[in-house]
Amino acid sequence: MRAISPITPPAGKRPLRCRIFDPFRETPLLAWLFGAGLAVLLEHLLGESFAALVGLAKVPVLFGLMIILSKPLLFPGALLYVAVIYLLPLVTVALLLARPANTAAAALLRLGPAVSVLFHLALFYAVLHFWAEISGYREMTVKFTLIAVLLTLSLNLINGYMGEFSCSHPGFMALGAYGASIFSLSLFVNDPLFGKALLPAFLGPWLFPLGLVGGGLLAALGALLIAIPSFKTRGDYLAIISLAFLFIVKSLLENLPFVGGPRGMGSQPDYASLPVVFAWTAMGVWIMNNYVRSTLGRSLNAIRDDEAAAEAMSVNTRHTKMTAFMFAAFWAGVAGGLFAHMMRFINPATFGVQRLAEMLAMVYFGGLNSVYGSIVGAVSLNLLGEVLRPLELFKWIFIPLLLILVMIFRPTGLLAFRDFDAVRLVQPRSRDRQGGAP
Amino acid sequence: MTYFLQNVVNALQWGSFYALIALGYSMVYSILMLFNFAHGDIFMVGAYIGFGVATLLVALSAGGAVVLPGWLILVLTLLISMFLTALLGMLVERVGYRPLRDAPRASAAITGLMIGIILETGNLWLVGARRVSFPSLIPTATYDLGGVILTNKKIMIVLVALAFMLALHFFVRRSKWGMAMRAMAVDYVVVPLMGVSINAVARLTFAIGSALAAVAGILFSIAYPVLDPYMGIVFGWKAFVAAILGGRGSIMGAALAGFLLGFIEIFVAMAFPSTLRDLIAYSIIMIILVFRPHGFFGEPYSTKLRL
Repeated sequence: MRAISPITPPAGKRPLRCRIFDPFRETPLLAWLFGAGLAVLLEHLLGESFAALVGLAKVPVLFGLMIILSKPLLFPGALLYVAVIYLLPLVTVALLLARPANTAAAALLRLGPAVSVLFHLALFYAVLHFWAEISGYREMTVKFTLIAVLLTLSLNLINGYMGEFSCSHPGFMALGAYGASIFSLSLFVNDPLFGKALLPAFLGPWLFPLGLVGGGLLAALGALLIAIPSFKTRGDYLAIISLAFLFIVKSLLENLPFVGGPRGMGSQPDYASLPVVFAWTAMGVWIMNNYVRSTLGRSLNAIRDDEAAAEAMSVNTRHTKMTAFMFAAFWAGVAGGLFAHMMRFINPATFGVQRLAEMLAMVYFGGLNSVYGSIVGAVSLNLLGEVLRPLELFKWIFIPLLLILVMIFRPTGLLAFRDFDAVRLVQPRSRDRQGGAP
Repeated sequence: MTYFLQNVVNALQWGSFYALIALGYSMVYSILMLFNFAHGDIFMVGAYIGFGVATLLVALSAGGAVVLPGWLILVLTLLISMFLTALLGMLVERVGYRPLRDAPRASAAITGLMIGIILETGNLWLVGARRVSFPSLIPTATYDLGGVILTNKKIMIVLVALAFMLALHFFVRRSKWGMAMRAMAVDYVVVPLMGVSINAVARLTFAIGSALAAVAGILFSIAYPVLDPYMGIVFGWKAFVAAILGGRGSIMGAALAGFLLGFIEIFVAMAFPSTLRDLIAYSIIMIILVFRPHGFFGEPYSTKLRL
């Protein structure tokens, strides 16, 4: 690859709009990450004293938005805090580092796309980690959001990519959560339901992935119950079958005394720490993104658009549907396992129709048939749900209204039909990259 | 035997709630091909409007302004809340569904879910989180027919529900508006070209469905006089199952499926521990749908090429 030589055309000749926005457009992700890192570092060092200086009782947990909503008088302080601690360092550093970061990004890409992506991911995790470290509440929100990303993306596989209206996702999540909980409670913990620990506790975190995968496989097995009827029927009747599946799973768990019945299971060991959740989410997004870009994933779209034509074009519809259902259920199960070990308490009522409505909202808000959309939908609705907490009851009028507006003006969601291309995301952003300059 | 008959009576009562709600689902579903997920909450709002009207009338009556007998209050409550809930239904259609008529069907389903949440929250805000109890309008009379206990309320509930179903049936079969609805269910692209206004038909469909939901809400609160803002959720989803089970385009199928669901639930609770009710009821429904994938009376369709 050609070396990057950032050139700047004579400044006076371009319109003002370009002069303002082009520097941003030419800043690679790497520079933004460095900027965010510095902002977070600054918050660690100066956060408390600066918050006191602008009249806030403590460091604003979610960018000051909660403070603005609950105590409007503190509005200038919160705004100042966000501007000085976050925006100022972020923008300055990103713009200052744009050129060296472009060179660095190009060098990283030359080492291999995987290296570059992993490096960016590690940097992103570092930023997230330091940001979340400030308060337990932040860490909790981040973990919730990451799990929601997994759930949303896996539901999008069926509802968006395959075009069915599946209502069974909380059921899959429940199977995964119970599977993983049984695994860790019976093996590593002295539990009233499962007796003494069978293995020493220090093995727990290391074998935890096994439990998650086991829970995921259990959910995938349950998905067969929906996948097999889906050969014969589609659309509305499949929606009912999947809804019935959800009710059956919930009722089954309520009636099994050895998993605690309606009271549920508690005191799972605290294995779902932030790095673990982040690693699983990153892996899940990566694998699911590869899945939807593979032949198997493309044939999902073919089935959605016209099943008969897809079959005529040699798509094995049964195989494709079964794989998609089991694959999506597997990831929902993994997310459920993480959820169980994060909340450290689950009961069947956690996985009811309310959670279904929540998941569907995230999928359709973000955008159908879209990995970006799932991430955006899960993150924005989760953060919105937290930020609007001071509104209390009106939160549940505001969020639905927002969703209705999105549905009316963008019926397929905010960012529908977008693939996720990690390499494009991390590549250098200089304008002369496309050629044209000497 | 008497135990069995007693449960038949209970199942008839329980099924008539499902059937009335399922009718509304089924009409919207047959004509506009939409899931109106807000319908369960319209049922809840209908019950609350009924509660408000009944309380007001009882208070007026007790104040001595106009002294009304209990049955008249009941009839007035039914009519007024049917009217008001029908207005609400039309509003929901206008705001939530008409802008989305050409959008993917799932988007409209999401709008419905969200309108449902707004209705619940709005109700919570207006009435508060406490449960309210529906005033008792007619004294309960109990009849003992050889061990089977009947109350006048149970009889009334089943009869009123059946009467409304029959009225709807004749309306859809015999009237000109009913014909427009049936035509729209067959093809809602071509029929508007014949001079039938799809907006008017859709509005009417929502109005009738919501009025029936209000009837169900009031009958339900006569039988179980404690209301809470979330009572529509479970009922709504179950009636949705019944509506689809009945089959697209078949209004009576939805009513029958509603009664069937009531029977399954009551009899499962009779024969097994009642905690197993949902498990067995939905397993039965799942098996039915695997073998009759298009419901009881829906037109069969296949996604495979039939050569």
